Amino acid sequence: MLGKTANGLFWMFRYLERSENIARLVEAGFRMALTRSQRQGGDWASILTTAGLLEQYEAKYNDFENKPVVDFLLRDRANPSSVLSSMAEARRNARLARTALTREVWEAVNASWLELCDILKNPIRDKERIPDILAIIRRQSAQVQGAVHGTMLRNDIYDFTRLGTFVERADNTARILDVKYYVLLPSASSIGSSLDNVQWETILRSVSAQQAYRWLHQGEPTASAIAKFLILDHCMPRSLTFCVNEINLNLKYLNKEYGQTSPSSELAVALKEKMYAQTIDEIFESGLHEFIGDFLQCNLAIAGQIETDYRFFA
Amino acid sequence: MKFFNEMMADETSAREPYRLYKDWFDSQDPKVLKRKSAEAEAVFRRTGITFNVYGKKDAEERLIPFDIVPRIIGAREWTKLTKGIDQRVRAINAFLHDIYHKQEILKAGRIPKHLIQNNEAYLPQMIGVTPPGGVYTHIVGIDIVRTGENDFYVLEDNARTPSGVSYMLENRETMLQMFPDLFAQNRVQQVSDYPHALRRSLSDCAPKACKGKPVLGVLTPGIHNSAYFEHAFLADQMGAELVEGHDIKIENGRVCMRTTEGNEPIDVLYRRVDDEYLDPLNFNPDSMLGVPGLMDIYRAGGITIANAPGAGIADDKAIYSYMPDIIEFYTGEKALLDNVPTWRCSEADSLAYVLEHLSELVVKEVHGSGGYGMLVGPAASKKEIEVFRKKLEAKPSNYIAQPTLALSTTPVFTKSKLAPRHVDLRPFILVSPNKINITPGGLTRVAMKEGSLVVNSSQGGGTKDTWVLED
Repeated sequence: MLGKTANGLFWMFRYLERSENIARLVEAGFRMALTRSQRQGGDWASILTTAGLLEQYEAKYNDFENKPVVDFLLRDRANPSSVLSSMAEARRNARLARTALTREVWEAVNASWLELCDILKNPIRDKERIPDILAIIRRQSAQVQGAVHGTMLRNDIYDFTRLGTFVERADNTARILDVKYYVLLPSASSIGSSLDNVQWETILRSVSAQQAYRWLHQGEPTASAIAKFLILDHCMPRSLTFCVNEINLNLKYLNKEYGQTSPSSELAVALKEKMYAQTIDEIFESGLHEFIGDFLQCNLAIAGQIETDYRFFA
Repeated sequence: MKFFNEMMADETSAREPYRLYKDWFDSQDPKVLKRKSAEAEAVFRRTGITFNVYGKKDAEERLIPFDIVPRIIGAREWTKLTKGIDQRVRAINAFLHDIYHKQEILKAGRIPKHLIQNNEAYLPQMIGVTPPGGVYTHIVGIDIVRTGENDFYVLEDNARTPSGVSYMLENRETMLQMFPDLFAQNRVQQVSDYPHALRRSLSDCAPKACKGKPVLGVLTPGIHNSAYFEHAFLADQMGAELVEGHDIKIENGRVCMRTTEGNEPIDVLYRRVDDEYLDPLNFNPDSMLGVPGLMDIYRAGGITIANAPGAGIADDKAIYSYMPDIIEFYTGEKALLDNVPTWRCSEADSLAYVLEHLSELVVKEVHGSGGYGMLVGPAASKKEIEVFRKKLEAKPSNYIAQPTLALSTTPVFTKSKLAPRHVDLRPFILVSPNKINITPGGLTRVAMKEGSLVVNSSQGGGTKDTWVLED
């Protein structure tokens, strides 16, 4: 496979994942805005911070009304992380990697893009349409993933799509934790007491995991249980450990297929060992914020090493 | 002007090739056809079969209009055409070999020397070079027009990088999906073998450096090129890599592509970039599209380039005017397919005639393609003609002129009924060392505007599925 094609696949799936994550954040924010009209501004600001877009947003708008925030996050082409911008990039990369994609996958991405352009052609005036639009974005993403799952060979092509997906997802979950870590920290006043409902709900909704969390942890949520769920859980598909395991697995497949151990796979093994060496209490003890910061660095380093190892660029 | 209608023999009865289709069409509900027509567009859009039109920023990717009425060619008509095409393609390859070697045709005085020597498409870098297998034009598209029951003319030869074959394949694919019953009634020859045939044909021209199964690459200028869809499509269908200049470099005397596992040599490069962009060391030094040093590897037998550099001179419209002589010179036979009568504006008498009859003629740039820079006299305004006259007078040798042909029509489906529109035909021909393979069908281009004679997609033309019936 061409290095350029691997690059196209990797980024196509990073952008698909990114678009889905942004849509998820909008969903969480919109839900909060609906249920808590008083603190609306604060909630949207925290959503924008999580997406790493607060500064850009504030440079453009003065308030945190639903309409401009949703517009900025979903359809603003000047915002490189908006759903529309991410999908444009996903499709551009799909075109670059077209020869490595099955017709079904390409058509799913292309049709998603066309539909998205259509439904996001004009600003969303009626806020009742927002849930419908978010549902369409969710369905599109499921269609692409379904086409990948059902039609792609499990070879190096597939490995690069998975790597893109999980590097982006790990980054996303880690950033949510990075922004919200203070909520999960035991402070003098809140030790032993239950968390601010809204805060933890935001966190879980941002990763579409409120239901999964309920299945695994009955009763009142605690900071430590939520942190453990998002960082160390093996089954939760958006937890850091899950992502790191997937990154490891796919790099291992590539090692096997190419008959050599890549430096990126070694970095991934090191990160995995670090994750498995600590309990959630130990993570809290040595500093949650530091842990997340370190994780983001490691993830970034792995992504950079993948780019080098597999010769994405000349 | 009276136009030959390919579908209808008279007011009510269809010509033989269209007989079954006409019966079928008459039994259809126009409302259903209208819906299917819209569906076809959605299929093309979803598939991403798009075309970038140069100079139109707002519409980065456009669809070429597709018409659901097939263009049907009878078995006998087709056999006749293929004989002429086969002869012409053999002559073109012999001509190219000759002008880059002994130049017998120039010595014999059948073509003026200056036409070759002062021609930008003639590449001195190719003098004395014999491409692997002796093939210059691996892929050829011959543009053919019809004016009567037995009157076919070659309008243009495309020996450089003919495009449009992906539409031939996708149009058929779409028709098969939408009207399966039509294919049960009519025995239509298949075109779907083209990508395999292309792969085989290119593989048969592998260079001497090739060991084992040839590795193929399709060289594209990139994602913004008007035909990028087609490049990706063909690479995908042939199992070739789709490469750009920055994906390849020279290593150990081979042209290698950068893969995830290292550098791998390419044996055959199906290039979809023009000669001058192939190799900045040997041609245009400002080009970022090509591979520095590619020509040196080519000359040393390290790679096959398809089509061969310098093959484009056969496309030249001034050379075209000599094609009947060229065919006779190399095959010893009279040309089976006619040329359109052509005035070379470089010749004083012809120029005078052309200037006097601009409003009746079609005037084309010698090196032009895609319908750019041409004048269709009968359709042009007085002002357009005067503007063109100045250009022509300034550089007569840059132009040729032809009579405005009474292009045949086939119907398109519009406003729930059939309406005649002018068409041309581009069959695709694959050349390998011992075989000339003509795909039964091709690309039918249709002028969607009533009365228009310009079928180029860049000028709003559409396409049709092209059927060649079995005997």
